[in-house]
Amino acid sequence: MTYELSHLRELEAESIHIMREVAAEFENPALMFSGGKDSIVMLRLAEKAFAPAKIPYPVLHVDTGHNFPEVIDFRDRRTAEVGARLIVASVQDTINAGRVVEETGARASRNRLQTTTLLDAIEEHRFDALFGGARRDEEKARAKERVYSFRDDFGQWDPKAQRPELWNLYNGRIKMGEHIRVFPISNWTELDIWQYIADDGIEIPSIYFAHKRNVFERDGMLLAENDFVERMEGENVYEEVVRYRTVGDITITGAVESGADTVEKIIEEVAATRQTERGATRADDRVSEAAMEDRKKEGYF
Amino acid sequence: MSEILRFATAGSVDDGKSTLIGRLLYDTKSIFEDQMEAVERTSEKMGTEHVNLALLTDGLRAEREQGITIDVAYRYFATPKRKFIIADTPGHTQYTRNMVTGASTADVALILVDARNGVIEQSRRHSFIASLLRIPHIVVCVNKMDLVDYDEEAFNKVKEEFREFAMRLEVPDLSFIPVSALVGDNVVDKSANMPWYEGPSLLTHLETIHTASDRNMVDVRFPVQYVIRPMSDEYHDYRGYAGTVAGGVMKPGDDVVVLPSGFESIIKSIDTFEGPVDEAFAPMAVTVRLNDEIDISRGDMICRPNNQPIVTQDVDAMICWMDETQSLSPRKKYAIKHTSRAARVMIKDINYRLDINTLHRDEEATEIKLNEIGRISFRSTLPLFVDEYRRNRETGSFVLIDEASNATVAAGMILGETAG
Ligand SMILES: Nc1nc2c(ncn2[C@@H]2O[C@H](COP(=O)(O)OP(=O)(O)OP(=O)(O)O)[C@@H](O)[C@H]2O)c(=O)[nH]1
Ligand SMILES: [Mg+2]
Repeated sequence: MTYELSHLRELEAESIHIMREVAAEFENPALMFSGGKDSIVMLRLAEKAFAPAKIPYPVLHVDTGHNFPEVIDFRDRRTAEVGARLIVASVQDTINAGRVVEETGARASRNRLQTTTLLDAIEEHRFDALFGGARRDEEKARAKERVYSFRDDFGQWDPKAQRPELWNLYNGRIKMGEHIRVFPISNWTELDIWQYIADDGIEIPSIYFAHKRNVFERDGMLLAENDFVERMEGENVYEEVVRYRTVGDITITGAVESGADTVEKIIEEVAATRQTERGATRADDRVSEAAMEDRKKEGYF
Repeated sequence: MSEILRFATAGSVDDGKSTLIGRLLYDTKSIFEDQMEAVERTSEKMGTEHVNLALLTDGLRAEREQGITIDVAYRYFATPKRKFIIADTPGHTQYTRNMVTGASTADVALILVDARNGVIEQSRRHSFIASLLRIPHIVVCVNKMDLVDYDEEAFNKVKEEFREFAMRLEVPDLSFIPVSALVGDNVVDKSANMPWYEGPSLLTHLETIHTASDRNMVDVRFPVQYVIRPMSDEYHDYRGYAGTVAGGVMKPGDDVVVLPSGFESIIKSIDTFEGPVDEAFAPMAVTVRLNDEIDISRGDMICRPNNQPIVTQDVDAMICWMDETQSLSPRKKYAIKHTSRAARVMIKDINYRLDINTLHRDEEATEIKLNEIGRISFRSTLPLFVDEYRRNRETGSFVLIDEASNATVAAGMILGETAG
């Protein structure tokens, strides 16, 4: 008998350990859930960590209002299934309250506005720990972040003053008003996520699979025809067989041309792809070299 | 052989750690086109002659501006043989604590030494920390061989120098590879420039390092992390102790004792989401149920009656001090995190402070400052359930936290109970 775990089970154990640690040490944690594959896996891990009891924290969705309807249906169904309380923090409410101003024009997006909505929700609900489904392989600033990422009163990340983090000992001590962003799947890669989804037979929203959709091209990305984006001249809508590699705000999340209509085919595709998932599908990261770092410093996910 | 291998880079500033990782990722085709394009663009902007592969890991704005690594970057790649988790750490003395962070979970340390400069103070400091953390495998990459004409003598000189220093450290597995991170010699493929080198390339070496024997499968240690009480109709009387196995192999039917209470019971079942399992071993995260209703809470430890950790309030340990705003000195008080247990400690004594260069023990030392290493003793408010760090990384390690600033100020490796 050899006592070895497969790599997925080792990653799973590490994540479960982190999720239990947070439940034990924080008073008011919440799990951020976008309906994307990473947060779906994270929710499944939380289910596993506390079974047969329910997940001892609520699920928080920061809703830009610019959604894929399939994802919202999925969110509601899945949170009901695990019996978690769903809290929706709405960017529209933040706009209505005059806390932020909606961007205008063809390239308007609510991506940046989300940060204010998130920070307001943290304050309102007095969350002291927030689980995020970010992975370090996604982006170079994320590659630098701790599992327990300390945030000050303003929700800001200071990449030059991160707490040392050794072994599996996590320092969750904070003062009033501060909080910790916790990234339990830090060490998973995109491929790990897909293999886990396959192994565990985890359900995911239909937009991840190849489907026909009306799209138009912008900056080399395929955006879905939708009610929230003004098209510019020459941006003609046509039908294409596509799927999504990430799920985010519909106005900035690009689709990829793909015929992969099963998890197995997606795994093959991901293993062979030559573009990072954010590079291929996220307009928000194309703005500048340090776009993610700058947003994180402001309190972004 | 374990499927995942975790390794960390170490060594002095500019010895080529980030470049080596960049090269490893590039030559194993783990770099995506858009990442490479971004790195090429930035290299061009900075006017460097070669594409600067270090930019693949130096992801922070400040790092790019200064051309150094400030904090650990975690990178991932896989070959058909293995999955790798890389921690690329900074060489600057100022950021030693970030190096310690990255190295603490590593199975392998890649220590880079510039072939032109040989083993300098920071190479020694990092090597010492790697041995203190008991990273079981150390690979010394003698780098920048392209700048010394791929000379065998230059490689041997560094090798001898390092060997002599390492004799005084505990390094179970030590190997040397001559490389050029910049050009790619001996990184993924064996280099034609150094026919005199008969060993494997770095990647081949990493793919074949045997790590199975590095975990403790003998001493059962189960720190209780969280108590699961569903309070539902279906699971009305369910009471499970959730945690991560820190050592040994646990099976239903095993006799166990719970610390600190000393109550004995028998494992009724070991539960997971998928259902009960026949056995659990490190690092599985499971939920244990016992035959008897005993009062057990977070911070307690389940182990075997005939194989228990040391139960003590007086601990003797090596520490690495990580706070720049204060130093460690006797009588200071801190919070401690040890396994799932939290307590407060008072520093009793500084046994000695180590001189990294000579390994001389200064027994007159009255304080331990930022990035210094020393041996101390402390007393805790609660009994801790400890093992010697060399026997068990999980039950032998702790961190100290300043109760005012909440900063993590020290990393500790337990030697045992304070004598006398
Ligand atoms: N000629 C030559 N130059 C190298 C080699 N490896 C690295 N360099 C150069 O050495 C400089 C420092 O390399 P880095 O990889 O940033 O060094 P580092 O060890 O990561 O430095 P810190 O992370 O700041 O401690 C860069 O200019 C590299 O291009 C090599 O094998 N040969
Ligand atoms: Mg570096």
